[in-house]
Amino acid sequence: MLHTENLTKHFGETTAVEGLNLDVAPGEIYGLVGPDGAGKTTTIRLLVGALHPDGGTIRVAGYEVPRRAEKAREHLGYLPQRFSLYEELTVLENLRFFAEVRGLSAAEWLPRSMEILEFVGLARFSARRAGQLSGGMKQKLGLAAALVHKPRLLLLDEPTTGVDPVTRQDFWQLIIRLVSEEGVAVLVSTPYMDEAARCNRLGFLREGRLLVEGTPTALRRQLEGRILELRGENLRALRSLAEADPLVEHAHLVGDRIHLRVREGGGSAPKAAAQLQKRLAARGGAVTSLLPVAPTLEDVFISLSSE
Amino acid sequence: MSASLLRLRSLIRKEFIQILRDPRTLMLALFLPIMQIILLGYSATNDVRNVPLAVFDQDHGPAARALLDAYRAADYFRLAYEVDSEAELRALIDGSKARAGLVVPPGYTDAIEGRGAAQVAFILDGSDPTVASTSLSAAQLIAQEHATAIQAARLARQGQAQPRLLPLEVRTQVWYNPDMVSAFFMVPGVIGQILYSLASVLTATAIVRERERGTIEQLIVTPIRPWELVIGKIIPYVILAFLNTIEVLVLGALLFHVPMRSPLGIILLLSGLFLLSGLGIGLFASSIAHTQQEAMMSVFMTLLPAIYLSGFFFPIQAMPKALQYLSYIFPLRYYLIIIRSLLIKGADIAPLRDNIIALLIFGIGIMALAALRFRKNLE
Ligand SMILES: Nc1ncnc2c1ncn2[C@@H]1O[C@H](COP(=O)(O)OP(=O)(O)O)[C@@H](O)[C@H]1O
Ligand SMILES: [Mg+2]
Repeated sequence: MLHTENLTKHFGETTAVEGLNLDVAPGEIYGLVGPDGAGKTTTIRLLVGALHPDGGTIRVAGYEVPRRAEKAREHLGYLPQRFSLYEELTVLENLRFFAEVRGLSAAEWLPRSMEILEFVGLARFSARRAGQLSGGMKQKLGLAAALVHKPRLLLLDEPTTGVDPVTRQDFWQLIIRLVSEEGVAVLVSTPYMDEAARCNRLGFLREGRLLVEGTPTALRRQLEGRILELRGENLRALRSLAEADPLVEHAHLVGDRIHLRVREGGGSAPKAAAQLQKRLAARGGAVTSLLPVAPTLEDVFISLSSE
Repeated sequence: MSASLLRLRSLIRKEFIQILRDPRTLMLALFLPIMQIILLGYSATNDVRNVPLAVFDQDHGPAARALLDAYRAADYFRLAYEVDSEAELRALIDGSKARAGLVVPPGYTDAIEGRGAAQVAFILDGSDPTVASTSLSAAQLIAQEHATAIQAARLARQGQAQPRLLPLEVRTQVWYNPDMVSAFFMVPGVIGQILYSLASVLTATAIVRERERGTIEQLIVTPIRPWELVIGKIIPYVILAFLNTIEVLVLGALLFHVPMRSPLGIILLLSGLFLLSGLGIGLFASSIAHTQQEAMMSVFMTLLPAIYLSGFFFPIQAMPKALQYLSYIFPLRYYLIIIRSLLIKGADIAPLRDNIIALLIFGIGIMALAALRFRKNLE
């Protein structure tokens, strides 16, 4: 459904995307994960033909982009990072506009619009101006507009950034339904690890390069046995103490705990935990518990980012 | 209908909804013409009437009174002050209370009633050349007529029949605008200026707004073609501009009795031709500007010289040669000639041919240039 080879884009001196190879299959949710400025938005804009690549090839639904972008666009839906519908128009007027310019006839646009509004849960707000919707509702409307023409590939650029947690849940339910019921292929960019965990496959993007790619499980397995969870008092001080230890490669706060990544070749996880707990206590650390845990995607992401 | 026309219709409908729901654009479009025509029609007037005149009459005889009556009778002057010294007269003119002064010397009546010649002094404040030059010719004209009347009276007293008094007489006729009302000059100018500024500013901001607000990103992935986007943006503002033209014509007729001596169809047709240039400039500005503000600034950069150099305020013939040549690059120049002729003279199209051709060339040229630069992407 989506295929890129060696995709490259520069802005003057800045390398936004470099040698990117992507493949997304129908019925798959592919997550593009990376910090701000990693090149996620640029990648998606290249895929829809809004930007022209400096090198490499793109195929969307079998059509080469940007050469045959118009054909490719018949099959793709795009939800830009920034709200991109008309604030002065009502919810329904927005959908009507995008349905009509997508070629839906006078008889088709209304039933289709109502169907999607039901689907995203905005039917009650059809007469409200888009500018007066909440952030989460705007994103749902954006999704609705991207879906009017029943695309086979959906490109979502940070669809839930700045959206409340409940709406984020709703939003993901919608995406999962689209994929399972209609076999849509989805490429979604996100800075959130909990969202990344919902994807079938992930690509970690940094400075325009794909660092690593795989299923969430496979990616987590890379750090198997190297993550310890530390609980205790005065977390800040504990963290500094832990980081100073030669066994610890990295320490970061996760809510009211600290995740430690031990160096490779540091022995088995339980052994390392026991050793470390002793050493921390000896240096005056108020440790409550220190136990091996399953790595999270955030651990993976942090480990990749600091490489 | 073809898919293209259907998309165009949706674009235009969307644009109209936006215009109607955006009070700022609507206010600008509807009230700018009213404001301009009222401000310019009333204030930028060259009509010189009721110039305040200070009189220093040292004679006080019947002939002096007759002379003053002659000045009073013409509505160019208002005998605002009677003074008793030159110093007083100077003070009034220095303070801009009086714009002109008339000094009648002692012995004036004696000279007139005898056979001698008399002299009076007429003083003008030259700081406003328009007022001064009009006052000067009016003062001379009144004095001449009065002198002729005196001469006739003398001859009559001597029992002679009335001969032809002057061997040569120039009979002037002012065509088209016999009362030389400035509004007849200003109102067509306002039409040109409004068409140009609204078409360019609104088109430019409407396109840049799509970029500024990010809506262009969703438009890009629709099948809308670049030229459809351009036409869809332009048509609503063309309609708005035509409504404004009619608005100004009606206001001009109601407030200033500006005539409309050519058919409305021809006026609108040629105005449409001129609109091409304004729309093209707007389109061009939208391709270089990133924000609506920048777009407006770039349009105004072309608007100001156009207004000053196209004969909007100042006659082109009175400008230095270099500026006269420069004026040829402003489409407004040609349109002002056309619209003034159509409204005031009711002229045929034929004598305006060169100007119409110039508008056509500029309109198509600017549009083509701007359309070539127009892209439906984010590069
Ligand atoms: N239009 C542009 N002009 C210049 N630089 C840009 C432009 N868009 C993005 N960049 C740069 O390219 C890099 C990648 O940006 P972006 O794709 O927006 O990252 P992300 O979406 O992952 O935050 C950044 O360094 C950004 O500053
Ligand atoms: Mg981004």
